[in-house]
Amino acid sequence: MSPVLDIKDLSIAYQTPGGDVRAASHVNLTINKGEVVGLCGESGSGKSTLAYGACRLLRPPAVITSGSVLYSGARTGTAVPVDILRLPHDDLRAIRWRDVAIVFQSAMNALNPVLRVRDQILDGMEAHLRLRKDEAHEKAARLLDLVGIPRERLRSYPHELSGGMRQRVMIAMALAADPEVVIMDEPTTALDVVVQRDILAQIVELKDTLGFSVLFITHDMSLLLELCDRIAVMYAGRIVELGSAADLQNAAAHPYTQGLLRSFPSLHGARRELTGIPGSPPDLRDPPQGCPFIPRCGFAQPGCAQVDMSLIPVRGGRSPLHVTACPFVTHEGAVNAAPEQETTAPEGALS
Amino acid sequence: MTQDAAITLTSAAAGNGPLALEAVGLSKDFRLGHGATLHAVRDVHISLYKSAVVALVGESGSGKSTVARMLAGQDTPTAGAIRLDGEPVDVRTSRAFRRYKSQVQYVFQDPFGSLNPVHSVGYHLARPVKLHQGRDVDVKKRVIELLEQVRLTPAAQFEPKYPHELSGGQRQRVSFARALAAEPNVLLADEPVSMLDVSIRLEMLNLLDDLRKRLHLALLYITHDIASARYFADEVLVMYGGQIVERGPAEEVTQQPAHPYTQLLIASAPDPDNLGSVLKSGNSVPRARGAGSGPAAVGCPFSNRCPLAIDKCRAENPALRQLTAVRAAACWRLSEAAPALVNGTA
Repeated sequence: MSPVLDIKDLSIAYQTPGGDVRAASHVNLTINKGEVVGLCGESGSGKSTLAYGACRLLRPPAVITSGSVLYSGARTGTAVPVDILRLPHDDLRAIRWRDVAIVFQSAMNALNPVLRVRDQILDGMEAHLRLRKDEAHEKAARLLDLVGIPRERLRSYPHELSGGMRQRVMIAMALAADPEVVIMDEPTTALDVVVQRDILAQIVELKDTLGFSVLFITHDMSLLLELCDRIAVMYAGRIVELGSAADLQNAAAHPYTQGLLRSFPSLHGARRELTGIPGSPPDLRDPPQGCPFIPRCGFAQPGCAQVDMSLIPVRGGRSPLHVTACPFVTHEGAVNAAPEQETTAPEGALS
Repeated sequence: MTQDAAITLTSAAAGNGPLALEAVGLSKDFRLGHGATLHAVRDVHISLYKSAVVALVGESGSGKSTVARMLAGQDTPTAGAIRLDGEPVDVRTSRAFRRYKSQVQYVFQDPFGSLNPVHSVGYHLARPVKLHQGRDVDVKKRVIELLEQVRLTPAAQFEPKYPHELSGGQRQRVSFARALAAEPNVLLADEPVSMLDVSIRLEMLNLLDDLRKRLHLALLYITHDIASARYFADEVLVMYGGQIVERGPAEEVTQQPAHPYTQLLIASAPDPDNLGSVLKSGNSVPRARGAGSGPAAVGCPFSNRCPLAIDKCRAENPALRQLTAVRAAACWRLSEAAPALVNGTA
């Protein structure tokens, strides 16, 4: 498997009067060709920041403080991967959307309400592809075919489309230039489950025919387990666990991942005990020493403050690619040292 | 459409306590202009019992919020009756409306929009206390009590705070406290957790559940997430196209759905135990026909998407048909959709 997008040691901070908010710290994540990688975490965990940062789409006060993002697509023309973070502006423009496309969050509102769907699609094509007018029109129509919307809808305004259709239009636009990597930021969050499943099935189908890779961002862990080849779990700006979907489902190692898995009710099978994760994430202006999950972790122990949060293979895990930032866990999820019984209940925790 | 069958039907929530709020044959039409009418809600029966949770499940546009708004006295039904403790509800004068509001309170979906950014937490809670509990109540003490009830402790620290200083979960707790300030018997919670993070949702539902038990609240839980209804509710009502298409005990409806729409809804929900398989093979879940198209205007509202639809479904709207003492579904093709359930009652 060859990496298409290789995020290395990426750190991003938002500069605020109250201090730097370290939204992403030393993140490493590789997306291979044809792979669906899930990025999971609660709001404020830095998942969107990471994705936008990797495409250099962030504006001040956000600054990239370290790292590189190596892109090695078929069309870069050179054998060596290019670093998106250091590309001259014109080259960056050439890569964005053509090679790395984004389906933005709340796509329901990302369409311009006063332009017809056709004009919005053509607008993007005009900027990035050199096509004759009739070719561009034909391509726009074919894109709608691809995502299962009747061609007549090219003449529609966004308000004339249902939420699911608007979402499909956004996906069609992202696919217009036949990209190598598509980043999808919560593309189905606002939709109901029936439409959501339909769109996800379509994404997978398109991925198989067109051969792009997907970075899928959501807070819905159950969705990722069904959809993804690999899943990265992010907490407080750091990836705390990374592994195949099966690894995470059967042998979730990090206590945060375990908590996430016990947070959502399941519809199928026996009722499981749900515990959730008490407390709230730390202030990223002044994150705690060591592991940021300490205040909410049921297994916190004195060694946790010295953890450097680098990803290491899960002890006893089946695959060396199943890695976690917690050195105290084994593949059975059990914590090595005796768990402390009396964890300080964070504010608002359930007794 | 009549619901004769529903009359002998017992609510799965009835065992928990006495009947508090009841709606019979509730309908709401909106006039659209050009002489067209939108039947947003058609002939809905809901019974809310004390200490019980009834979940109203449906996709956006199914009419579930309209039902809640009518129950809250904020919209007037086109037809049907609402009864509180057996008395017909009258909210035509502001005094009557206020009296009704002291019994029936509403929790909004968006904790970011439902609190006024220029008022403190204390102000948000003191107002309903003064409004609903007369002059001789110790407002300050009551506000602290309310904050403790929703576990915003230390309460004295939260009282002077402004909404922007609170997290989403804390804001929603303030909304709960505000609803409880009137000491209501009925709480209508419209998607109370859908704007919150997954890790916090469970905590919120547990809090609601706990309040329901301690204060003997009759709770209507409106959601699009049928999985949370399974864990949280006693009875589930599934709405589609403004009608209740299936109702019954939460566990039974989610584990053995009768109506084709409920079946589709449950098959579509993400299943963490089904690693990759469903989406990748793309065959185990039937792709919904005409997904994204609205409910049918004539006949069964689900007929244009239903895999089992026959001509009768497209022509005539089915009434709720009773399946067991506590279950009913509105479908002409129940013997095909859920043979085990239908034969059980034959």
